[in-house]
Order: sequence, then structure tokens, then C-alpha cells
Amino acid sequence: MHDHDHDHGQEPLPDIALRVKAPESLLVDKGLVDPAALDAIVDHYEHKVGPRNGARVVARAWSNPAYRERLLADATAAISELGYTGGQGEHMIAVENGPGVHNLVVCTLCSCYPWPVLGLPPVWYKSSAYRSRAVIDPRGVLAEFGTVLDAETEVRVWDSTAEIRYLVIPERPEGTNDLDEAQLAVLVTRDGMIGTSRL
Amino acid sequence: MSAPDPLALPGLPKDEQGPIFAEPWQAQAFALAVRLNAENAFTWPDWAVALSRELARHPDDDGSGYYLHWVSALEALATERGLVTAHDLVSRKDAWANAYRRTPHGKPVELPMT
Repeated sequence: MHDHDHDHGQEPLPDIALRVKAPESLLVDKGLVDPAALDAIVDHYEHKVGPRNGARVVARAWSNPAYRERLLADATAAISELGYTGGQGEHMIAVENGPGVHNLVVCTLCSCYPWPVLGLPPVWYKSSAYRSRAVIDPRGVLAEFGTVLDAETEVRVWDSTAEIRYLVIPERPEGTNDLDEAQLAVLVTRDGMIGTSRL
Repeated sequence: MSAPDPLALPGLPKDEQGPIFAEPWQAQAFALAVRLNAENAFTWPDWAVALSRELARHPDDDGSGYYLHWVSALEALATERGLVTAHDLVSRKDAWANAYRRTPHGKPVELPMT
């Protein structure tokens, strides 16, 4: 035993981590937030929501024309049919790619993103470069993602807000007529639903 | 070893399906804002304004500083709304740092009862 070790404490967490512990513990002390609720939120976003939700929405729209109509008419309602609802009361709009039309989603001001169907945004979506350039030069941005569009294809850029979030319905790949909904969902990628990639 | 990745052009940082939160404090800060909104401490549009304000101060950020700015927005909005004071935030942060320095390895770090 080394009794003097008793005086040796731990290295404090990095400053930023302490900056988060401060308001968290103050708000818990005041009864304004419940620590169990915080844990539940983290668990939900780490394990339960993600692009797989959106992929199921897209796959259903591809294989079920009536669902596609409902999705395009009222995406919030059509998405909630599958059990995916937003915690921030956001309104969802689905925009469909097709021959001659490509849709791209951005949030120029911050990082509004359709959490219930895509989870949390990738790092590049939150970057200043993407937020500014997606609007100014969408074709250039798409080319950096390996998505080169011909000159005739119209690019529609959708700027998300705290109230309105967009989901891109990518074009269904060729040769997938025999696939069922679950198999189709595997083909749908996160970037396809943001619009930076085609499938 | 490997050939340059043709997609890794300058400008836009890329990421694959990496972890959602790089470090625990990011998850804690995220959950705090979501929970305070759920408790009606502020609306989500109010949050978007506060976050946008912080992001606008860092026009060169490649997205990696995002949760740093998230924390700044949280501090700003929480003090604006009177949920906490700036003074309490500083003294509580110091209290946590001291608690770590005082607590032996392997023991849970707790604030002294005051």
C-alpha cells in the first residue's frame, strides 16, 4: 500500500467536457432536467434512429404507388405511418429525383436535418463549406461527391429550417424489379437521401 | 500504399458511417438541448437561431467544431433564458475540475455537498 497515493487525484476532464458538466449538473440540481431522460435521448440517437428509417420510407415509396402519392402529398403523415416521428415538431417534405431532376438538401444557417428518418447529420453536412457552397455551386459540390450531372439535369436545392426538413427520394436503380421492400431498403444510402449521391 | 482517393477533394470533409458522437461530452450537450426543448425551456426555432449565431462566428469550420459551437449556443441560450447564470457556469466548472483533482483514481468523481 502506498498511503501517499491517497493524495493523488485525477486529471480533470478536458475543459470542454467540464463546460458541459457544469450546465448539466446545475440544471439537474434545479430539477429542470432529468438525468435518465438525457441518457434515453443519447441511447435513442445512438442506437434507434438512423438512415435505415429513411431507407424503409424510400423503399416503400418505390414499391407502393399509393404510399408514394401519400409521401409526396404529406410526408410528415406518410413517414409517421411507419412509426417515425420528430421530437422537434418539424414538418417533413419529400422531394423526388427523376429523369432531368436532381434534389439536394442543405441547411445554410445551421444543420437542420430530418433526424427521425436519417439520424444525426454527418460531419460534412455541418461544415461551413457545404452549407455555403451547396447553394452557390450545387453542381460543383455534387461533383466532389462523385455525382456528375449532365447539363440538362435541373438541380433543385432545398434549404432546411428548424420547421421544415427535406427527404430526397432517390431514383430506383435499374434492374431491381424483382426485389421486395426489405431488399430495396438495403440499396438506399444516407447520402442518396440527402441528395449528394445517386444510387 | 494506397492510391489517392479521387473523392477526397479539398473543401468538403467526408465521413463514412462513423460514430454519431466522437466523445461523450458531445452526446451530453446534444441531449441537454433536446431535453430543454422538450421541457419547453425554449422552442426549436429559438435553438436554431442560437446555434446559427455561433456557427456564423466560425466561417472556416469544417464541421469538426460543430459540438463546440453547440455548447456555446447552449450556454448562451440557457443564460439568456435565466435557466443558469454565467457566474454559476464558471464556478460549477471550477468545482468539477477541483473534484477531479481531489478524487483518487478509481473513485467516482462527485461534487462536495454544499
